[in-house]
Amino acid sequence: MSLFENLSQKINHVFSKLRNKSGLTELELKEAMREVRLALLEADVNYIVAKDFIKNVTDKAIGTDILKGLDSSQQIIKLVNEELIELMGSKLSKLAIADRPPTIYMVCGLQGSGKTTMCGKLAKLLSKDKKVLLVACDIYRPAAIKQLQVVGEKAKVEVFEMGQSNPVKIASEAVHYAKDNSFDIVIVDTAGRLHIDETLMEELKALKKNIIPDEILLVVDSMLGQDSVNVAQKFNEDLNVTGIILTKLDGDTRGGAALSIKEVTGKPIKYIGVGERMEDIEPFHPDRMASRILGMGDVLTLIEKAQDAISEEEARKLAKKLKTQSFDLEDYLDQLESIKKMGGMRSMLNMIPGVSGKIKEEDLDEKAMEKTKAIILSMTPAERRDPDIIKSSRRKRIAKGSGTTVQDVNKLLNQFEQMKTLMKRMKSGRFKLPF
Amino acid sequence: MSFFNKLKEGLKKTRENMGRKFFEAFKAKELDGNFYDELEMAMISSDMGVTATEQVLEELKSTLPKKKITKPAEAKEELKRILLESIDYIIPEYTMPLVLMISGVNGVGKTTAVGKLAHLFVTQGKSVVIAAADTFRAAASEQLEIWAKRAGVRIISSMSGSDPAAVVFDTLASAKAHNTDVVLIDTAGRLHNKVNLMQELKKINKVVEREMPDADKRNLIVLDATTGQNAVTQVDVFNDAIDIDGIILTKLDGTAKGGVIMAISADYGLPVYYVGIGEQIDDLLPFNAEEFINAII
Ligand SMILES: Nc1nc2c(ncn2[C@@H]2O[C@H](COP(=O)(O)OP(=O)(O)O)[C@@H](O)[C@H]2O)c(=O)[nH]1
Ligand SMILES: Nc1nc2c(ncn2[C@@H]2O[C@H](COP(=O)(O)OP(=O)(O)O)[C@@H](O)[C@H]2O)c(=O)[nH]1
Ligand SMILES: [Mg+2]
Ligand SMILES: [Mg+2]
Repeated sequence: MSLFENLSQKINHVFSKLRNKSGLTELELKEAMREVRLALLEADVNYIVAKDFIKNVTDKAIGTDILKGLDSSQQIIKLVNEELIELMGSKLSKLAIADRPPTIYMVCGLQGSGKTTMCGKLAKLLSKDKKVLLVACDIYRPAAIKQLQVVGEKAKVEVFEMGQSNPVKIASEAVHYAKDNSFDIVIVDTAGRLHIDETLMEELKALKKNIIPDEILLVVDSMLGQDSVNVAQKFNEDLNVTGIILTKLDGDTRGGAALSIKEVTGKPIKYIGVGERMEDIEPFHPDRMASRILGMGDVLTLIEKAQDAISEEEARKLAKKLKTQSFDLEDYLDQLESIKKMGGMRSMLNMIPGVSGKIKEEDLDEKAMEKTKAIILSMTPAERRDPDIIKSSRRKRIAKGSGTTVQDVNKLLNQFEQMKTLMKRMKSGRFKLPF
Repeated sequence: MSFFNKLKEGLKKTRENMGRKFFEAFKAKELDGNFYDELEMAMISSDMGVTATEQVLEELKSTLPKKKITKPAEAKEELKRILLESIDYIIPEYTMPLVLMISGVNGVGKTTAVGKLAHLFVTQGKSVVIAAADTFRAAASEQLEIWAKRAGVRIISSMSGSDPAAVVFDTLASAKAHNTDVVLIDTAGRLHNKVNLMQELKKINKVVEREMPDADKRNLIVLDATTGQNAVTQVDVFNDAIDIDGIILTKLDGTAKGGVIMAISADYGLPVYYVGIGEQIDDLLPFNAEEFINAII
């Protein structure tokens, strides 16, 4: 049972008493809203933000005829959901582009929030049709410059650095360099800092004054708790940020910080980070975030406990990954694990739209699945992410580590390749699974 | 500087922010609904979570009449006692050789904690070797190498992308050859919902068990004090995979209070070993429950 169902059930329960009455009393509505409030707090929505939210929704509900309607509980949830979406920004917000290049983005936030990684992701995303320069202004964290260089290499983007010199100077020089070399976009990576560290906040202000960025992006860890409001408020006060980026949404956090931060800053959430790879970046979708905060996005719980009820959305996501070939052995392994939990391959494939009913019994062999798992587990993370690097010596090592043969490893790799191709053509007919 | 002073200094802003909320509650004239509402707000705002907060309030409400406590100031002492009970654990003393594996989700401060720990053990006259078993994150081993140099300890690392368990194996071999007291294992950040990455930690544990069966082995999870209720799930899943022995709570120098450890400590019986209060090498302190609560309330 996902938390959303939980919440729905709780609200249903509150309402069940009035089956044969028509409509709700205000008291009953209050009780229902209490459940919503608890759900929001569990999701790390800030205490005060949650309180205001509940008050607003309650007022709205009283003003409408929800209270008289038949299916009040569903309507309440719908109202709550809509209100959440509304608050988090109902339309997609793009990054600003300067009239005259270079466009400058300054990326800031707390320590470890994911700034450097996000700089790389943005660089990769934007470099599709723009010339992008990354600038290393974190002069404090050990090996921060080196990290940005590695990230830049992955994103295939040039990195500007001047060692541990003054960040304001580095950034100014970088902008000159970008102008001289006709870069379109400059992304400035800054050091993580506490919002209460006045010295370092002054440094950011000075940076802003000097390079006049077109966007000041605040990178926030989606796992942030109640303190999110203090952090966002202070960064926004000091810098007047232009946008928010939420990271680490590939985890199972409910991400209530998204709502809190949007509430206190009023600034749009522009992108989200969904993994450690350079391509793990997505535009922000308020509707998805709303259902997540209410507990619907708890993928793990869904997979574990809702065998028949895996959401269409999840299934579609998986299908999309398969089709676009961004599906790697890491995902494959995760998938094998989930399959086991969900009671086997069959039920799982039945959830993928377009696949159900097309699988024959003999395609599904659970023992072979275990072998596959052992082989993948003996690979290094890099190998799982990029099976192409698995050459002969690596194959030997993997076979040894998993107690299988090189032939087994070869077979898996070939079939994985095949599967990826097949999956791309999944629409048509039946396909054979690689185990 | 004592733990108390340093933590207090680190928590000064936190206190100004949060402590005030508690403070206001305790300034109330009587123990009425308002008083409890204020307490609820203070506790939830410290990330203690709804469930733990309700439990603590229940207990407070039931003990206050029994003890005939009617003044908010006395209620404050009672609250402290209840909170203290949930996080006050005795940590078994280390024996040498000691192997500490440091794990946790991305960006919480694992590598920094390893650097600080190396320094701490060195000041206690111990020999230390570090295993750079984060072979994944960009420039992870370069970062750790700088910390090792600062602390003046040996580090074993390997090429990026190699097998973390192999790095640990090499480090243990080196520790045995040098008779090293303390082995610190830094691991890659992993979100706990990535099942296969959790297996990797198990594998490292197995290697340690096999290579140094008689060592004192502990698994410490690093939690970021700014994290909300997700920290509970983090502990739950890591503990499931590798049996966590204790917690390192980092970034307490901000305005977040790390109240979530109250719930975690109580539910999992897990002691907090250390707290991180900054980015300098000596910004790691052994945890002291009483002073922690005193600094917060
Ligand atoms: N799972 C996951 N990890 C992330 C994401 N973004 C960043 N990270 C990881 O979080 C840690 C801190 O990221 P980093 O970019 O160094 O943060 P910074 O200190 O703000 O620059 C690293 O281990 C990253 O790989 C994300 O969206 N998902
Ligand atoms: N303010 C503060 N920052 C910290 C603390 N511990 C670590 N950090 C910072 O948090 C960021 C991530 O730390 P790191 O050790 O690389 O995290 P890891 O990804 O878990 O290994 C770095 O910028 C550290 O300097 C702490 O106790 N306080
Ligand atoms: Mg960085
Ligand atoms: Mg690290």
